[in-house]
Order: sequence, then structure tokens, then C-alpha cells
Amino acid sequence: MTNFAELSTEDRLKHLQGTLAKRHAKEKRLKTYGIIAITFAITFLVVLLTTVVSNGYTALQQTEMRLALDIPVEELVDENGTIDLKKSADFNWSGMLKKSLRKNFPEVKGMMDRRNLSDLLSANAGYELRQDLEKMGRIDRPSGYFWVKTSDDVDMLMKGRMSRDIPEDQRRLSNVQIGWVDQLVDQGAIRKVFNKSFFTKADSREPESAGILGAVVGSALALIVTVVFALPLAVMAAIYLEYFAKPGRVTDLIEVNINNLAAVPSIVFGLLGLAVFLGFFGMPRSAPLVGGMVLALMTLPTIIIATRASIRAVPSSIRDAALGIGASPMQAALDHVLPLAAPGILTGTIIGLAQALGETAPLIMIGMVAFIVDVPDGLTSPATALPVQIFIWSDSAERAFYERSSLAIVCLLLFLIVMNLTAVILRKKLERKW
Amino acid sequence: MTDMTNKLTAKNVDVFYGEKQALKSVSIDIQDKNVTAFIGPSGCGKSTFLRCFNRMNDVIPSARVSGEIILDGVDINSDDIDPVLLRAQVGMVFQKPNPFPKSIYDNVSYGPRIHGLAAHKDDLDAIVEDSLKKAGLWAEVADRLQDQATGLSGGQQQRLCIARAIAVNPSVLLMDEPCSALDPIATAVIEDLIEGLKSRYSIIIVTHSMQQAARVSEKTAYFHLGKLVEFGDTKQIFTNPAHEQTEAYISGKIG
Repeated sequence: MTNFAELSTEDRLKHLQGTLAKRHAKEKRLKTYGIIAITFAITFLVVLLTTVVSNGYTALQQTEMRLALDIPVEELVDENGTIDLKKSADFNWSGMLKKSLRKNFPEVKGMMDRRNLSDLLSANAGYELRQDLEKMGRIDRPSGYFWVKTSDDVDMLMKGRMSRDIPEDQRRLSNVQIGWVDQLVDQGAIRKVFNKSFFTKADSREPESAGILGAVVGSALALIVTVVFALPLAVMAAIYLEYFAKPGRVTDLIEVNINNLAAVPSIVFGLLGLAVFLGFFGMPRSAPLVGGMVLALMTLPTIIIATRASIRAVPSSIRDAALGIGASPMQAALDHVLPLAAPGILTGTIIGLAQALGETAPLIMIGMVAFIVDVPDGLTSPATALPVQIFIWSDSAERAFYERSSLAIVCLLLFLIVMNLTAVILRKKLERKW
Repeated sequence: MTDMTNKLTAKNVDVFYGEKQALKSVSIDIQDKNVTAFIGPSGCGKSTFLRCFNRMNDVIPSARVSGEIILDGVDINSDDIDPVLLRAQVGMVFQKPNPFPKSIYDNVSYGPRIHGLAAHKDDLDAIVEDSLKKAGLWAEVADRLQDQATGLSGGQQQRLCIARAIAVNPSVLLMDEPCSALDPIATAVIEDLIEGLKSRYSIIIVTHSMQQAARVSEKTAYFHLGKLVEFGDTKQIFTNPAHEQTEAYISGKIG
């Protein structure tokens, strides 16, 4: 054993330098671990984002086919020249498109071939043309070239998502069909345009007509309900627990349970909503109202915890001052503490909402997973939510839904980023220093 | 009521924080329109005792107060006294200036507004002006009443807190080391102010500075370890203390 007290100054210094090298090495090692961990995390994030974006960006475009049409106006309009909805409903729009397509390929004969040719068109093409014209009310240009959507298979082929190299029987388009498409391309009768339907329509069985608007509106409605229910309840609960609850076993129990609730799997809240809101109260299925209430239950603990933290961050001297001139405890809390705690409460709420926006499981339990083709127009009309829409699409067989679910994920991520950014900016802006 | 000049009377007041007894059977008579100073080393219970007079100890969940505190013949420590009402009669100024982070006007007008002391905006304006004048702050802030109160200097903030307290027109003013966060000049201003205010209010001031107690008070109470050791005329306490402990403290031997 060395006796450090007896060492000469020089030896002491030497000894210290010896240990120093070891300490520096240790520090370096820990730093390296940290850098490795961060690099790992960032790599995964980049891989995730590039995968989603590269899978999804093609959904921004939709393939269309040019058809020469000659719309029989006299069969559709009344004496004023406006479209008669009843006549329009009886008219075979789809048949007209198919006929026009067949004119391009006079050599195609026989039932099977004709049907295969028709399959190049979107099943909804006739319906969408009809809707467009009915919206305008009159047919100003009855004959000429019209662009209509192709089927999702042609769309995939044009986007290079369907390989021509794989055996014919494993492909959704036969060699003959691909030949027809190539002919159309040569004629300049195929184009890719911005996929408007994706942002203006709700779900559809046909990928080319499916959009996220219905899901986005459903999510927005549900989140509004969530804020309306969760925010006041959570703030009141937090104030009560901070200032009014008598310390004791009951309060401790409540506190522990609130913290535990924040960690309860979200599907459990879905089950609760199913049993209580749907089962007991008989509220409508698939409704954003119920979805929002379930999400509110889920978000409550998050907001309560955030509110309590920000209430505690307000110096007690402010509350003392209010109480000291005779404000009642509630006045002190509402007039003075709450306004100062508001930025923290706000950011906590936004974070809780962002969490709720990405939630799928509880919404599935209360039926917001249904196939809904209309954009919801109220709190009780059937709706779905954005993450649930992604879930539904990713479950579908069509290759075209795959890219659409990827693009929907990009949209969801954008919403989340915007919300979190808002939270950060608000915190920065409203933060007060004492 | 035996003595009409007694504004406040405490009888056998005990205060517990949980298991710990912070104040042991303190009895005292506080005279009206007079300054009483509480002195003593840190942790002696003087602030705790001060907070008994407006029931601010109620805010601390573990605190328990027993004994009688009689204000104008009424035991304010009884359960049927509403602390909100009491605090409209007994104002308080805290150790650290604690203005609300609002405008100067809102700070002073908050008390009268919640107590409904002003029927019109004009009345409220008058109260604000009057309170700020009494607190000696009017000349400095008259032209910027809508400015943030937190932008004032420490001494101005403390005078604003005094104005805020007297705006509800209390009869007793409690001051918990009001100058401990202020520089000597600001302290002198506040001390002058106390001198002027004592014609209207009974003032109890807790202070760490014995010089301050000697300067501003008529009566002084010396506390030690939760007990009231000595209470009497300030002059007598500082020149001829009856108790050994008091003498040791004021001569700087303990504290």
C-alpha cells in the first residue's frame, strides 16, 4: 500500500496524472456510447421517414385515360337545358365510357376480352363523370375528349409499382391488357395528374376514388369533443387536487391512480367506452362524439399531470398575495394562478391531443373502424379517424391502397409535427419569468 | 372588553406544523393605531405568530392553530369566522414583494373589486389613487398605471403591495419582514411610510433588524424558540430588557 501522505510533491503529481488518464478514457467511452445511441436513433428515424415517403409520394398522382365521348344531351336534360337528375340516374354512364374505349380497339371481340378491356377503366369512372356534370348542372361541351380515371391496376403499372417481369398469372394485368395500355400510352391517351380525390373524398372500395378527407374530418371532430370534455375536467381536477383536497389516504389513492391511468393501454379505454357509452348509455356507434369522449378519458390524466406541474411552477407568493387581501381560494386559483399556469396547461393539452390523434385501438372498439364513404357532417354521423383509416387501408389487398396508406401516414405525421411545433412555440412565447 | 385600546388579543396560542410545535402558549395584547415589532432569531416563531392574525396558516395543510385570537371582541380563530372576511380587515405585506404580474392599476384594484367596495369605475379609480397616495407611490406611477407592476423596482413593488393591502381598508396591517429584500434607501422609504400609516392602522411588523424595530415601533415582542420571552415598550426592551435572553439577543450575543 502506498501512503499518499508521505509521497513527495512530484510523486503525488505523477500518481494523479496516472489516474487522470484513466478517468479521461472513461469519459471518452461514455461519450462514444452516447453518440452511438443517438446515431442509431437518428438512422432509424431517417430510414422510417424515407420508407414512408418513398412508398407514399406516388399516391399524390393518379393516372387518367383520355376518351372521346359524345354525350347524348337530349337524353339527360329537361326543357331548360339543365340536367334532369332522374334522367341522369337512369342513364348508363359507365356503358358510354366502355363503348368509347372499345372504339379505340376495334379488333377486340368476344365477351371476355371486352370485359378485360373495360377493366382498364376505373369502376367509378362513369359515376364520377356523372357527378361532375351534375354539379355543373348543364352540359356545355357534349362531345370531345374527356379524361377519366383508370383502374388502380393501370395506375400501379404506370407508376412502376407493377413489374412486367413477373409471370402473367401472378400479375393483376394480363399481357394483352398491358399491350392495350401501351397502345394508349403511344396514342398520348394516358396521363398522370394530381390526385385530388385523395384530399377531397372519403373512403372507397376503389383505391383511385379513396381519400382521407372523411378520416381527417372524423379525427378533427373527435378531437374537438376531446378538448371540450377533457380540458375543463382536467383543469378543475388539477386545481382541486393541488389546492382543495385534504391530504390523506384518499387523496394519495386518487393521485396514484391518476398517474397509473396515464399508463393504461389505450384499448382498455376503448373497452370502457364500448361498455359505458355504447352499452349503457346507448350512444351511436362509430360516432366522433363517442370517439372523442373515449379519447378524452385517455387524455385526462396527461392534462391533469401537466396542469398540476404548471400550477406548482407558479410561485406560491402570488397565491399568498391574493389570499392575503381576502380572495377566496377559488378566486386566487382562477384569477391569478390559472392565467400564469395557462401556457403549461396549453402545451400539456396539445401534447395530449397529439397523442389522442394517433390513437387507433380505442376507436376500433367503439366502431370507428367502419367502412364509411361519406365525409361526416356532424358529431353523431358515422365516421372514422385518420390512424384508423391507415389501419383499414393497410389491411386491403390492392397494391394501390399500400401507397395511399403510406401517404396518409405522411399526412398524420405532418399533423403531429404541426401540433407539437405549436406546443413548443406557445411555450417559448408565453413562458414568463419571475 | 377590558381595555378599549387593545385591538388584538392573543390568548394561549399554540401552533403545530405536523408534530412539531412552532409556537408555545403565546399571549399578547396589541394596541390600536400603534406599531408593534416582533423580533427574535430565525425560526423563533415570530412569522408563524404573525400569520395567525389573518389565518394565513390555514393555507399550510399541516399547520394547526389553537388558542384564542380576539380582534375587536371576536375570536377570529373560531370555526365560524370566514378567513376571507377576516383578511379584508387584516391586511398583509409579505417578505418578498409579490405584485401580481398585471398592471399597477389591476394590482391595487383587485381587492376592492372582489369585495365589491366600489360601485362605479370612478369609485375604483378614487380608491386606487387614494391607496397609492397613502403608500407614497402615487407621484411615481400616476402616469403609468397600466404598466406592468413587475417592471417597478423592488422598493416600489413593496410599496405597491402596501397600497394593495390598504386598498381594502383594513384596520390591521401585518408586515412580514417587509424590507428584508430591499436596499437601505428603499428600506428608509418604507420605514417613513410605516410612520405615516400608524395613525390609521394597527401595524404589526416582523423584522430581523433590531435597529428597524427600534426605529419604527412603540412596542416590541421578543420571541425565542416558539415562546414569547418579553413584551414591552420598545425603549424599555432596548435599553433595559427584563430578561437575560432578550439582552443577549439585542446585544448580539445570540441570534
